[in-house]
Order: sequence, then C-alpha cells, then structure tokens
Amino acid sequence: MPGHDHDHPHDHDHSELSETQLRVRALETVLTEKGYVDPAALDLLIETYEKKVGPRNGARVVAKAWADPVYRARLLKDGTPAIAAVGYAGRQGEHIVVLENTPKLHNMVVCTLCSCYPWPVLGLPPVWYKSAPYRSRAVADPRGVLADFGVTLPKDTEIRIWDSTAEIRYLVLPMRPEGTDGWSEEKLAELVTRDSMIGTGLPKAPKDLK
Amino acid sequence: MTDGAQDMGGVKGFGPVKPEPNEPVFHGEWERRAFALTLAMGKPGGWNIDMSRSARENRPNDEYLSMSYYQIWLAGLETLMKERNLVSDDEIEAQHSLHPPKSLPVLSSDDVVKTLHRGGPTERTPRAPAQFKAGDRVRMKTINPPTHTRLPRYVRGHIGIVERVIGCHVFPDSNAIGKGEDPQWLYTVVFDGRELWGAEAETGTTVSVDAWEPYMEKAR
Repeated sequence: MPGHDHDHPHDHDHSELSETQLRVRALETVLTEKGYVDPAALDLLIETYEKKVGPRNGARVVAKAWADPVYRARLLKDGTPAIAAVGYAGRQGEHIVVLENTPKLHNMVVCTLCSCYPWPVLGLPPVWYKSAPYRSRAVADPRGVLADFGVTLPKDTEIRIWDSTAEIRYLVLPMRPEGTDGWSEEKLAELVTRDSMIGTGLPKAPKDLK
Repeated sequence: MTDGAQDMGGVKGFGPVKPEPNEPVFHGEWERRAFALTLAMGKPGGWNIDMSRSARENRPNDEYLSMSYYQIWLAGLETLMKERNLVSDDEIEAQHSLHPPKSLPVLSSDDVVKTLHRGGPTERTPRAPAQFKAGDRVRMKTINPPTHTRLPRYVRGHIGIVERVIGCHVFPDSNAIGKGEDPQWLYTVVFDGRELWGAEAETGTTVSVDAWEPYMEKAR
C-alpha cells in the first residue's frame, strides 16, 4: 500500500482535513505543471455536476412518465433511450433500467460494493448513499433503513432491493401522488424528490408544496 | 479485493443511516478538486473503471472504513498514477513537478461535454450463447479470487432465480487486472430474503444482484 501512510486518518480532526486539502492542492499543481490536466476542464467538470446534472433531471423524466402513458411504457421497456430522448445520457448512466413502484411492490436501489448511482438523472450520490450504514443494511433490513428516512410502507407491500453490482444503473419510478389530476409536467416534477427515485423516500403530496 | 471492507452487504454494526438535510453536492473545495482530478486523469492515465474501483478498495479494512468517500477516491487516484509513474512522492512533497512529463492525451475543456455524454458503455457482442435464461434456478459460486470481483459475499453459495438476461458485458474480474475485457453474459438474479438471511428476514423482501455468468452455476 505505497503512499498512504500520510493519509490514514483514524479520526477526522481539523489537522487531518487540512492534510487532505494540502494533498489535493499539491496533486493538482503537479498534474497541471506536467500538462496532464487542463485547469479549465477541471472547472467545467465541477460546474457540470454541481450546477447542471442533478435530481431535477430525473424528476423531469418521472413527471413525464406520470403525465404521458405512452412515454411511461417506453421508459419502462427500455430506460436508456427514453431518458436520452429527454436529454440525459452518458457517464454512469450508459445502461439505465427504470423500476416501477406499485401499491404491491416498492423498489429500493443500493450499491453494496461501492457507490454506483445513475449520474445523468440523479447527479452525484449523497454521502449517506455511499456510507457503510446504508450499503450494509439496505439488503438485509430494508424496512429498518426506510424507518431511518421516516418512511413506513404497508405490511403487505413487497420490497425489492436492487444491488447495483454491474454497470446497469437503476432509477425508481415512484407512484404518482393522489390529487394531481390534470397537473402539468412542470408542476408534477416539483413533487419528485431525489430519495423517491432511489426508493428511500416517497414523492411529496400536493399539500407539501408551498 | 474479495471480502474486503468494501463488500458491506449484510454486515452488522454500522448503525443507522443518517441523511443530511439539504446536503451540498460537495463538502468543501478539496472534494470538488479531488472529484475533477479523478475524472480528468482517466484520459491520460488510460485505466478503466474496474481498475479504478480495484485501486480504491484495495487497502486495509481499517483504512477503508476510516476514510471519507473522496479520500478513498483520492487514494485510489494516487495508486493508479504511481503504478504508472505519472507522479511520485517527492513531487507531491515538493508540490511541484520534478521529473519530465510523459507525452499523454489530455482531457481538454472542449472535450468535457462530449466525453461525459459518451460515457463508457460496457455492452459487447456475445461470442457464445447465454447459458441461462429467465426463470432458471442458479447458485452463486463460492469463489475467493485474491483480486477484484463484483460478486458480493452475501449471495455466494445461495440460490436465486434468473429474472432477466441483460446482455453481454465487460467482465470486471478480468478488466480490473489488465487481462482484457473478456465480455461475459450478465443476468439479474433475484433472491428471496429468507434464502439470504434465514428466518429473521423481513417477509416479502427480495434482493437482486447483477451477476456475470462465471459467477453462476445451475442449481440442482
């Protein structure tokens, strides 16, 4: 394990954190001086995932599926091209499968081995998704995990956990909330939360919108 | 790394999940830079995603578990770069390039959008027919390779049902160690919760993994 003794924090105090900060700065300087990285490309990568690619993308896909039965059927049959048609594709979303929640079946997605997550529709994963508690318990204690998120499902709802062990990325299509007949896609999208597309949450109800 | 700390499914004792309200995409500037450096170095570095995962997880358990996720990414990136002599410890120490650079392709800002849009599809043309079909009962093999695998330990030895034949995909166990893509058929295999966790399993719970053909055998 060469080169990691320096960066072996057993606690996360400020000095450890600044050591990591210094390390990143040193690496960036060295790599830039060598011409291996283009600083403008680094800025654009950060801007892309901080400002452009995020769960609002997935919410638009879900809202469209709620509003348009033909699109919904297309999305469930072959997720990748249906999502590309809305404009989202590429890295960590090369092969997307969409999972339909029903009153009988609730889908929940995890990556027990690392942090696989459908970037083009959800952006980068939150810390909890990459954390040991979620990765360890989602497959064995899904109702317990849902309780951590304040979600309780009916006893007779079957729960299906999808462990993303390959390059297939999963997006949950939550159930359309009651009381939204005739809503536009834009308004429906406001009900779609990130967690409802992972399966650890449910969409907002109309009364939750301000 | 087989059975390393990264293989967490079903492990007890990590406590509750703690979602962070209104979580930012990055927690601090160094995470932004670590993320971008990792993505950008993929081009000059020439490694593949399986090599990246292997480099991140291939470390002592206490180290893996005590690092934050971007610290793991950073450590993995350093490993990959040092293996290829792209950067050395004296340069990191000096915070300057001390040795002549190699001539390598670089990700330019003009290429970022199309590179991200292209991604890295892993489906390949099959060289042989799939051995399993939807509905087949299969047992996950008990394997313990010393190198990278994507067969989690919690399903090894257990019987599941093939739900879907996904297609023929790059085989990470081979790709991670530089032995080529060796594409293999990939399946979604679903397990009853009781098969994996015994009588204590929540009823009405199923778990699926995506498994490559070499991980599976026909169940009697």
